[in-house]
Order: sequence, then C-alpha cells, then structure tokens
Amino acid sequence: MILKPRLQDIRNIGYYLGKIMIGLGLTMLMPVALGICIGEINPVLDFIIATEITLIFGLILSRLCYTESDLNWQQGMVVVSLSWLAAMLVSAIPLYLSGHWKSFLDACFEAMSGLATTGLILVQDLDHLSRSHNLWRHLTMFIGGQGMAIVALSLLLRGSAGAFRLYVGEAREEKLLPNVIHTARFIWLISIVYLIIGTTALGVAGIFSVGLKPAASFFHAACIFMAGFDTAGFAPNSQNILYYHSWLYEGIIILIIVAGALNFNFHYQLWKGNFREARKNIETRAFFISVLLIFFVAAVGLQQTAVYEGAMMLFRKGFFQFISGHTTTGYATIYAQQFIREWGNLALVGLITAMALGGCACSTAGGIKMLRVGIIAKALKEDVKRIILPEKAVVTQKFHHIKEVFLDDRMVRSAALITIAYIVLYFTGAIIGMCYGHPFLYSLFESTSAAANVGLSCGITDAAMPSALKITYIFQMWAGRLEFMSVFTLLGFLVAAVRGK
Amino acid sequence: MLPVFAQSVSSSELINNAKQYDGKVVSYQGEVIGEVMPRGDFAWANINDGKNAVGIWMTAAQASEISFAGSYKAKGDWFEVEGVFNRSCPQHGGDLDIHARSVIKKIAGRAVAEKLNPDKKQLAIILAVILAVIWILMLFIRR
Repeated sequence: MILKPRLQDIRNIGYYLGKIMIGLGLTMLMPVALGICIGEINPVLDFIIATEITLIFGLILSRLCYTESDLNWQQGMVVVSLSWLAAMLVSAIPLYLSGHWKSFLDACFEAMSGLATTGLILVQDLDHLSRSHNLWRHLTMFIGGQGMAIVALSLLLRGSAGAFRLYVGEAREEKLLPNVIHTARFIWLISIVYLIIGTTALGVAGIFSVGLKPAASFFHAACIFMAGFDTAGFAPNSQNILYYHSWLYEGIIILIIVAGALNFNFHYQLWKGNFREARKNIETRAFFISVLLIFFVAAVGLQQTAVYEGAMMLFRKGFFQFISGHTTTGYATIYAQQFIREWGNLALVGLITAMALGGCACSTAGGIKMLRVGIIAKALKEDVKRIILPEKAVVTQKFHHIKEVFLDDRMVRSAALITIAYIVLYFTGAIIGMCYGHPFLYSLFESTSAAANVGLSCGITDAAMPSALKITYIFQMWAGRLEFMSVFTLLGFLVAAVRGK
Repeated sequence: MLPVFAQSVSSSELINNAKQYDGKVVSYQGEVIGEVMPRGDFAWANINDGKNAVGIWMTAAQASEISFAGSYKAKGDWFEVEGVFNRSCPQHGGDLDIHARSVIKKIAGRAVAEKLNPDKKQLAIILAVILAVIWILMLFIRR
C-alpha cells in the first residue's frame, strides 16, 4: 500500500526549500553589486526584481511551513530535486528580463544548464550581454557545481542528519570530515583557494599572453575559472575559449578543469600531504587510463580526417576538446559545426565515450564517474578470476580509494545500476533527437552532452530547436546532475500524493 | 596568386564549407566584438557577422583603426576584411581564422547610452513593498 504524504512531510519540504531559496536570492545580490559598480542600470533592476521574487517565495515558504523537525531520507531527496527546479525558475528570471533569450523556456534551459554545470547555451547575441548577467551565468555554475544544498548547509542550516540527507541528495556520498557541515565548508574552502589561484593565473595570462586590459582580463578570468573548475563550460563570449587565441590560456584551463574533475576527497588527501594517494587511488588510475586509451582512439580518428596538420596541432585542438569532454566541462576551441563536418565518426565516438564516462565521484563533474567504472572493472576482474582459478579458491578483490576497501556485491550492484540509468538516459535523449530528424550519432552526441552535464554541442542545441527537445535536455541535465535518486524519489512522492491512501 | 572570393562570405558559409575555402582569399564583414588583443606587431580582433564571430589576425596598424568593439555598452565598428581564410591555421595551433590583407571600416561604432526601463523600475518598487510587508508581518507573527 502506498501512503499519501502527510502534512508534516509537506511542511518539512516547504521549510527547507524556502531556506534554500532565501540563500539563492541573497547570492543574486552579487550581480546587483557588480552592476552598480560598473553602471549597468537595467541589469541591476533585473536582478533586484529576481531577488525580490526569490526572497518573497522563500520567506513565505519558510514561514508557512515552519518546523523544527528534521528531514527524513524521502523528504531530503524531494527537497533537493524540487530546489533544483525552483532554482532554475528563479535563476531564469533575470536572464529572461535581459531580452537576450527568446522565451522564458530558453532562459530556463540556460539556467538549468548553468546550475547543472552543463554549458549548453541558447543565449542570443552573447557578445553584447551585460557583465552583470554574465557574472550570474557563471555564478549559477559555481553554485550548482558546489551544490545548492551545500550553499544552504554552509550558511543557513544547522548540522543535522537532515543536512547529510540533502548532501547525499545532490549526488555526494563521501564525507571528507565527520561532520557534514564541516565537509561542506571544506569544499567551499578548497573552491575559494583554487578560485584565487586560478583567477590570478588566468588574469595574469590574460594581460600578458592574450592581450586583454587588466579589468577585462580579471573579469574573464573569474568567469572562466568558475565555469572551468565546476566543469561547466560557459564563457563570456560567443566563441567560447577560441575567443582568446592563446595556447597558454588553454593550458591553464586544462589544469583547472582537470582539478575540478577530481574527487574533493582526493583534494583533501593532497592538502594533508598524502601525495601517494594520486598513484594508488582507483579513480585517478581509472581516469588516467581512460584519458590515454580514449584519446588514442580519438586521435586516430582525427588523423584519418587529416584536418589538423602535424602532431602539435592535432594535440592542441584534439586534446583540448577531448579533455574538456572527459572532464564534462564543455569548453571548446572549435565551432560546434566542426565536430560534424571535420572530426569524422571515429573521433566523435571517442569523444562521446569520454563524455559518457565523465570525471570523478564527489567532484563537480558529471557522467557515469570514474569510481563506478573502476568498481565495475574490478568486479569483472574478480569474475574472470573465479572462472580461471580452482572452484574451491576463495577470490576476493579490493581497491584503494582513500583507504583499502574490499569489493562487495552491494557496491557493484549500486555502481552498475547508476551506470545503466545513465546509459538509458543517453540513449533515450538520442532517440528523441532522432524523432526530430537528427542522425543517430549527432543525437547521441548532444544527448550525452546534456545528460553527462558536458556542454559540447555539435549544433543541435539552438534557440530554434523544438520545445520538446529543449524540455528533454532540461530533464537530462537535471536528472544527470542529481544522479537519479532524488529525481526518482520526487516521482515516487508525486505518485504517492495522487494514488496513496 | 590565390583565388579571391569577391563577394562577402558569411561565417556560417566559411565554417560549414571550411575545406572549400581553406587557403583562399575571402571577403568577410561584421562587427568587432569584445576586445582587440594586441600581440606584438600584430593583433587579434574577433568579428561577428550576426551568426558567429571569426578571429581576424591583423597588423597592429590595421588594428589601430578600430575605435569601438561591441559589448553591452558599445556598438562595435563594422569592418570589411579581405584576407586568407584558414580552416586550421598552422601558425595559430589549428584555429579557424582569417589573416587580414586589408581592413576597411564600413560603419563607425558608438557608445550605447543606457536608458532606465520605467516598467522594470515600477515592478521593482512594487515587489520591494510586498517584500517589506511580508518581512514586517513575519517579525510580528511569531509562532
């Protein structure tokens, strides 16, 4: 028998949703401050309106649903999935008011793309967009990459079991420190330290290597860092990273996006001076092997098409797009149409595979994740051993991830289930794309890019694409970012609300 | 002597048929956007024709003719560029670009004066009042 949600369930969900909305509303004051400083009048009004709507919404919810009881697992998951949808709606308000998006749906698409750290864009005339709006586009990536619940956890919520449930709901299962609030704050600390280092490096390179003026250079640097470290992929100009025409800039960006794709727990080990972890960790090993093998395939494909003369050119163009795809960032130094017209099928298959696998768990990257790939590979190795060795032999398999862990069936089952869910999501989006007349490989490219929160496009994503396809990609970005469980819980909650007794 | 495409070619035409235009002299026009980025005796300017922006590699002297680059606060100069199109430029690490031979300013850019949108102002004030009322009510109606 399905039980109908009780009033207390609704109150708990509403209260925490309200708190998260208040946090989000307050972050909108940052573009307001920038706009005031540089004299962008109407953009300031756009953000004041959006802040007011978000705060009204958040205050009413948190007051009407006021509660002192903690969240249970179901409520925590529902809060997370609903807060991402609500955040998409309110984040889209200032974008839509700017007039650079053709419809509110397009603005919602861009907002979800930012929050889910995807990077697919529907903005019109990006080169004339205000700096306030550009800052907000990149801030959504920073907030979404760290996790909105983490923002709220760090600032507004007290430490509790419910806080941990919100944390898990946003696809983060590993606690770096015993207390989840301390973990959230440490993730912020890592991000802020890298923000300062990365922005400085890009800012200096922007002045001396790219040729930007100092103020512009540091604005670009901050935006590029936020979208890069959060493996997102927005850029302030329409040409994305091609705008800068600089190998040094591209090199620094590669370091930033790889750092962003690594597990925060791994960063924590490095901070503690445990450098051996880099060599022993199953995720970093899987990531390194995957990069080598799949890039080799993509490079062979590029070699066949002979679009890039010489190894250096092939490496600069090929590896940048490839590592951008593998880390699920989505930065590009070529035009979307060039993937279709010049890369050839083999290179595209390599890139799609890299995007599908994604970065590391407990990072800002999307996709299946290297930890799951490593666990499934270990399980396969164990099964092969069982077949080869005598029947009475006891076969155990262990792996190193921060500590030595014995592989058990529950772990393998969990990794396999999420992997299957991602593959289903990739192919479902591809089939829907094919229903609109796009060839299979290109549909799969775009669908994988959306569901794995990558952001590279082969040209399908466009303001003129059908609304149903936009909604499909929005759903894929949302479900892919939250790694399904909170989305499934929300769907179950809605079914219970309708059919429960 | 390189073949010349006398008529202006759009960015979409160049990107979609890059192989056909590779190494040929093309004429391309659009608005300078972003910033002009000096590199020694040369400079990069990105020119947007309304669909895409393409990187133009030009001399510092040619770049000095650019007065306005398009942004939120400016309409950029509109230039016609004649130059060699590269599908993947060997000099610039494989970038799709145009090496300018000549640049002609067709329309001068200008600073864009921003006007306050009265509807947005009115809406912001109404919402501020509603927010203030809710805030005050919340202070008084404590559980």
